Amino acid sequence: MAHGPAKGITRWLFTTNHKDIGSMYLWFSFMMFFLGGIFALVIRAELFEPGLQIVEPEFFNQMTTLHGLIMVFGAVMPAFVGLANWMIPMMVGAPDMALPRMNNWSFWILPFAFAMLVSTLFMEGGAPNFGWTFYAPLSTTYAPPSVTFFIFAVHIMGASSIMGAINIIATILNMRAPGMTLMKMPLFVWTWLITAYLLIAVMPVLAGVVTMMLMDIHFGTSFFDAAGGGDPVLFQHVFWFFGHPEVYIMILPAFGIISAIIPTFARKPLFGYASMVYATASIAFLSFIVWAHHMFTVGIPLVGELFFMYATMLIAVPTGVKVFNWITTMFKGSMTFETPMLFSVAFVILFTIGGFSGLMLAIAPADFQYHDTYFVVAHFHYVLVPGAIFSITAAVYYWLPKWCGNMYNELMGKTHFWLAFIGLNLTFFPMHFVGLAGMPRRIPDYALQFADFNMISSCGAFLFGAAQVLFLFNVLRTITVGKKASDEVWENPEGLEWSVPSPAPYHTFSTPPEVR
Amino acid sequence: MSSDSTYYVPEQSKLPIFASLGLFLTVFGLANWLNGAENGPAILFVGFLVFAFVLWSWFNIVITENLQGLNSTQLKRSYVWGMGWFIFSEVMFFAAFFGALFYVRQLALPWLAGEGSHDTATETLLWPGFVAEWPLMQTPDMAANGENAKVFGPDHSMSFAEASSLWTWLPFWNTVVLLTSSITVHFAHTGLKNNNRKQFHLWLGITVFLGVVFLILQAEEYLHAYNDLGLTLSSGIYGTTFFMLTGFHGAHVTLGTFMLLVMFLRAILKGHFKHDDCFGFEAASWYWHFVDVVWLGLFLFVYILG
Ligand SMILES: [Cu+2]
Repeated sequence: MAHGPAKGITRWLFTTNHKDIGSMYLWFSFMMFFLGGIFALVIRAELFEPGLQIVEPEFFNQMTTLHGLIMVFGAVMPAFVGLANWMIPMMVGAPDMALPRMNNWSFWILPFAFAMLVSTLFMEGGAPNFGWTFYAPLSTTYAPPSVTFFIFAVHIMGASSIMGAINIIATILNMRAPGMTLMKMPLFVWTWLITAYLLIAVMPVLAGVVTMMLMDIHFGTSFFDAAGGGDPVLFQHVFWFFGHPEVYIMILPAFGIISAIIPTFARKPLFGYASMVYATASIAFLSFIVWAHHMFTVGIPLVGELFFMYATMLIAVPTGVKVFNWITTMFKGSMTFETPMLFSVAFVILFTIGGFSGLMLAIAPADFQYHDTYFVVAHFHYVLVPGAIFSITAAVYYWLPKWCGNMYNELMGKTHFWLAFIGLNLTFFPMHFVGLAGMPRRIPDYALQFADFNMISSCGAFLFGAAQVLFLFNVLRTITVGKKASDEVWENPEGLEWSVPSPAPYHTFSTPPEVR
Repeated sequence: MSSDSTYYVPEQSKLPIFASLGLFLTVFGLANWLNGAENGPAILFVGFLVFAFVLWSWFNIVITENLQGLNSTQLKRSYVWGMGWFIFSEVMFFAAFFGALFYVRQLALPWLAGEGSHDTATETLLWPGFVAEWPLMQTPDMAANGENAKVFGPDHSMSFAEASSLWTWLPFWNTVVLLTSSITVHFAHTGLKNNNRKQFHLWLGITVFLGVVFLILQAEEYLHAYNDLGLTLSSGIYGTTFFMLTGFHGAHVTLGTFMLLVMFLRAILKGHFKHDDCFGFEAASWYWHFVDVVWLGLFLFVYILG
């Protein structure tokens, strides 16, 4: 165990080391982030002006579909799993993940799954074109033949997620160092424990719904076919039973990251640790009973509309607790604004905006107006970009010195932040306005009165994309020629991960540390 | 032998990447096959062989490591957590299909027949004459086109007709077989705990046998449905839910029987499992109990209340 990594490519192919696997997850996610970003820029380029200029409407639909699928399953989720791989064993004082070989299996399924998914672009009939939510019958009766490959790609990436989640739960529950009681765990570990539970609960439901599609398409069943006694709305119920918890899968680990970074740069312990844990658990519980808020306009009974409306609004309570705690942590702190902190503060502000527009959408009668407009697009991008993406970026800047032993360039980091911050607000804030004015989503053309705001959005999108290239450059530069970082990196940060040298040795905590 | 001080972290392993390759080729071949490509079955076959071989080697290595005493009690706890959460994921998979069944029966079919839609009248416009019933024999399409149901029923369907015919009702016997097998696997476990190898082998063998009997009876049931009742996968939502729920359950029984068979062969041929070290067998038996519980749900909601 006292040895370093193997030489050459086999280090990565055959590894069982949580740090190697974490790095592979993060690099894979970074690549998918750029690929999904390119698809987004195709969309924004087409929407730069009204009319059809650059792509055919069919291809536009494939872009919206693949952009969503790749960002959700290829960029955000693997990034969080990568962070979990790197950080959880170090945070709980474990020598590695609980099941190291299965850990590598979870990762290596992903490149195959996404190669298969992306290859549908070159198939007859084109890639999936029915949106990332793949509503039936668009995704069954009227789907291109490549839908079969899409279904199996979802199956195996689901298997990867479930195995990854099982590994994380087993690590957290079984591998903590002596003295590391549950209520002493860092919040990143807590939020991931709850996220892993959500993953195991809902990824099988996603597998179930794509299996129903497969059977309807190839074996003549009638799950989603009213002519045979089924119901297309059934698809939406099963999908969103997965889909709503899925959005918390993409945000709970972010809560954990922000709860680690803000105390460090406010130089105060986190306010309300226990309430953070309970709030996370409540959000996870509520996430199972709100799914039909995505379906207010599909025609569900009035009691359903009311139940799902009020249940959804309830989520604002634990979320509010969290935002309150972050702000209270910063209150009267001796704050500095290094890059991770900038991203974290922006997270708190912008995620709250996304939360508020979510509350607007939760109001069933108002949703009849907002449904399927750009307001919805603005809402979930405010939750996912400054939410998930900013938290991942913050985490990379925060822990990169620990991972590679070198400090990133602060000026370049701050430039990245401001470009991304301005770019994202330019892109998504105007979408609120065009959405409220009635611009429908997923359409390659639009009425003339939306032209100005769309042009602003498109400029913002390219700015945001350019900022990420700077990010990539900064990361590469840090790893190769960055200045040496100290073992503590930051001023008195909390957590076991800072007690090991920078860069973290290949094997940490082969004998568990004592936690007081 | 086992100690709590060091957690065994395996060296580099070729298993994961080849397992991924095998899994990928399997689904890639299957997708090609379903889409009518000629090379589909061949890719599927190769992928499945690779996958099966990797899994075989993987279990082989894990068993060898345990026999070498590399597995601490802590590591064994990781396996226990792993199996437990895997079974939970399977529960959620079935939950999706049970949810579909409840939704269709309680909401979708009454709505298709016009209930609650006084102001939309979809049923008069789209499916005139459709009547919601369960088991659904005449689909909305057939009703609208004036076709008669091709499926016999409801007195001939798979659902429970009357108490007097209980003894000739196949699902009842299937339930008896499967419930008994859950008890016999428990007897096998008790035998192992008491170091009574003979009892262990005997009851485990009986359990495998009962699993096979269940599968044969289930095949009988399917043949009856297809040949005599006209009930098929494509005969509307009743056939859909019936075959998908019982079919996935049957697939899980097949896997569970295979797992128990492997444990049986390991026990009698290699003398594996000790009274205090028998995770492989225990995992298979938990899986078997899970399959049994799913059947109870099926028996109640698909057959008795069907
Ligand atoms: Cu939702």
